[in-house]
Amino acid sequence: MTVWVEVDLCSGCKRCVRACPYGAIEMKEGKAQVLERCTSCGACLQVCKEKALQTDVKPREIPDFSDRKGVWVFAEQREGRLNKVSLELLGKAQELGAALSQSVSALLLGDRVADLAPTLAEYGAETIYLVEHKALKDFRTTAYTKAIEDLVKKYKPNILLMGATHVGRDLAPRVSRRVEVGLTADCTELTIDPTEGILLQTRPAFGGNVMATIANRYSRPQMATVRPGVMEAVRKPGAKGQVIRHDVSLMESEIGTKVLEVVREKKKKANLSEAKVIVAGGRGVGDAAGFKILEELAAALGGELAGTRVAVEEGWITADRQVGQTGQSVRPELYIACGISGAIQHRAGMMNSRYIVAVNKDPRAPIFQVADWGIVGDLRDVVPEMIETMKNK
Amino acid sequence: MKIIVLVKQVPNTTEVKLDPKTGNLIREGIESIINPDDRHALEAAVRLKETAKAKVTVLSMGPPQAIDAVSEAMGMGADEGILLTDRAFAGADTWATSSTLGKAIETIGAFDLILCGRQAIDGDTAQIGPQVADYLKVPQVTYVIAIEEIKEKSIVVKRRLEDGFERVECDLPALLTVIGEMNTPRYPLVSRLIDACREKAPIKIWNAADIGVQTREVGLEGSLTHVIKTFAPKLQRQTEMIQGDAKTAVAALAGKLREKKLL
Repeated sequence: MTVWVEVDLCSGCKRCVRACPYGAIEMKEGKAQVLERCTSCGACLQVCKEKALQTDVKPREIPDFSDRKGVWVFAEQREGRLNKVSLELLGKAQELGAALSQSVSALLLGDRVADLAPTLAEYGAETIYLVEHKALKDFRTTAYTKAIEDLVKKYKPNILLMGATHVGRDLAPRVSRRVEVGLTADCTELTIDPTEGILLQTRPAFGGNVMATIANRYSRPQMATVRPGVMEAVRKPGAKGQVIRHDVSLMESEIGTKVLEVVREKKKKANLSEAKVIVAGGRGVGDAAGFKILEELAAALGGELAGTRVAVEEGWITADRQVGQTGQSVRPELYIACGISGAIQHRAGMMNSRYIVAVNKDPRAPIFQVADWGIVGDLRDVVPEMIETMKNK
Repeated sequence: MKIIVLVKQVPNTTEVKLDPKTGNLIREGIESIINPDDRHALEAAVRLKETAKAKVTVLSMGPPQAIDAVSEAMGMGADEGILLTDRAFAGADTWATSSTLGKAIETIGAFDLILCGRQAIDGDTAQIGPQVADYLKVPQVTYVIAIEEIKEKSIVVKRRLEDGFERVECDLPALLTVIGEMNTPRYPLVSRLIDACREKAPIKIWNAADIGVQTREVGLEGSLTHVIKTFAPKLQRQTEMIQGDAKTAVAALAGKLREKKLL
């Protein structure tokens, strides 16, 4: 299995170099050259207008999935409370369902959780597959996997989405292996390809420096986990859903795990995902005292304080307030970035904010490229002025 | 007790950049390291070796140079190492990777515990642990922060939740994925590192044939998902720079925010 270049045909246009997802094509003396790390993926073949790239790889046959219908969302609940990400996913599922003319369903698993079904309906689930069993009271991977495996085999969905939470990231890969399908982790964007009708799953890779779009052509359901806080919940007041109960047989001896104790750690945690306004600071804030002033601004706006990785590493804010690739993704109405240069890792976590204000003394700071409004100036002048103005609003 | 630790060699990704001209990843000059979470898994395994008489086998899949990661793991205290390397494994998604690792583990034979990091910093998928566990039909616990007790047929661990933790008892054999909070990994011993680089070091190199897989079951060909496009994140907006001194600028900004009903 190899890909090679017919040197005489190559026009040196470099399209293949740009198309290669693996950086495996280089230009040498004006001609494309395939490097050792080529995986024969074929991305270059499609873009070459001269047909100079050739391969002995046979195209893989795509099975017929025309009987696979419906967009499913795993409704994550713990102790009878729904995780917000599940409602966000139902919002996205409505959009995907409309594009495919297919219905939206939620999977609700647990012990006596039927009363959550109306909420799921109100956020877009036309059907709620309900599985109630004592063994499903606590989240346990193998028990939940068995129940979902049953449902998938019986109802043959086209798409299955889960939140990229501690539960979703434990469960989704197990389910995907069980029902023999591909899975894309931690997506930030989902769309339907208009020609092929498949789910295009986009996610950050390499620490947010690269976005990759991934397709799952060879298996169904197309599965993805989705980062919390990225999609938008869409409420349809008064919407009703049909509840379909499914009985699962679960033997305690086959589950393999027992939850002995659940301990909630009661620290005052920042709730950035719910915040309407976030005031965030970075290296330019300079010290903890600077963050005190940002906190005042946040308070004046009824918002939350956040910061970059540097701010956490310097000890100016706690880790639960970190926004970015290794912190949280947020989407407030208003994000005010103070003294943040705008490294890609940070931008990845806040780019979905509705409006962004940037204050920085360096007019060339990349944060200005993602801002709706920018003020070049010293934080020590601008922020107190903002607090004053906001207090008098 | 027989423990297998899954380890991945990764580029130190906080340094990875895109070439502004070609849009390709710049890989030259980037250091390769043992994936940070995997290092915590190794530390947990080596501690069990000290307290529960375990034998630790480290298993990695990657290009030939990933042998460095295996040697380093030996330096930290693993007893034997296996590197899966074959061009046929290249371009694998997590489905194909978990099949390959699962086959390799079946080839190794009986085990009591598999430890791995929660996720690798180059892909951030966190899928390999659970997928290998399902392949092998053993229970799993992810996000493990502590091993509290090892009983004859089970293990008691602490699992991190978003708002606390839970204590879980899990039947053995089992697979655990661990996170950084669990421990502080030790540095490899120089003497052990030197031993690991010797010709007779207990490190095996296996290819597709050694674990009995067809090339169509692994690598890119055996994958179910495929990257169809990569691009630099587009994050740009139409930015309006607000001019003037602090007072003027803030007043102007307040006007804009009011217009959008943000105040």
